[in-house]
Amino acid sequence: MDKSMKIRDIVDVIEATVLQGEELLDTEILSAYGCDLMSDVLAFVEDQCMLLTGLINPQVIRTAEMVDMKAIVFVRGKEPTAEILELAKEANMVVLATKLPMYISCGRLYEAGIKR
Amino acid sequence: MADNSYKLHFDIDGEDFSVAGEASSNIKKVLNKLGIPPAIVRKVAVATYEGEINMVIHADGGTIDVEITPECIKILLKDKGPGIKSIDLAMQEGYSTATAKVRELGFGAGMGLPNMQKYTDYMKVTSEVGVGTTIEMHVNI
Repeated sequence: MDKSMKIRDIVDVIEATVLQGEELLDTEILSAYGCDLMSDVLAFVEDQCMLLTGLINPQVIRTAEMVDMKAIVFVRGKEPTAEILELAKEANMVVLATKLPMYISCGRLYEAGIKR
Repeated sequence: MADNSYKLHFDIDGEDFSVAGEASSNIKKVLNKLGIPPAIVRKVAVATYEGEINMVIHADGGTIDVEITPECIKILLKDKGPGIKSIDLAMQEGYSTATAKVRELGFGAGMGLPNMQKYTDYMKVTSEVGVGTTIEMHVNI
């Protein structure tokens, strides 16, 4: 059985802070994608999915919006601009930030039950 | 079925990469409002967005026209950019002429046209070097 996780619990697992979408933290996540290449993100379509990335620019939100990502995690202490957060708000998307690097963030999520 | 169709037109600014995707985002919102199934909306959104990004990074902007009928969503992308020298090469996954700057932003991996084809039911690319490129795409509902 695929295990889903609430974004609220993901916040604890990857020691993240919530930058946008406090009211959406009960959304269930079924799969995650860790990637800095937006073209690859566009080739990947899953339901109830979350994107982890180290790339910071408005196109990250746009890209995620096109494939219906529910949340974005900026890894390795990257801080998105106000413009990026505003775009995410319009797209109804949660934005998290963690100091953990990509590999550790993905590993912790996998261990916690997000296996695809 | 002209009475039953719904049309959208967008002018794409080639100057500012940070607003690229705005038109695709708007198209997506309209399709959602019209009650088109989410899986279809996503296909149109990704195909249009890839096209929009291409227009901004290669062609200094262009136009996007969308026609929605009960059976099909037709997308017409037009630009007056440099044109594509070899469409066969451009259709190959991984082939790209994008600059290093574009790659730093997470694009230019040579997946644009292949992704557009993957998500559409029909796609025709017409291009002339020095004149521009026109891409017609259909997504069946």
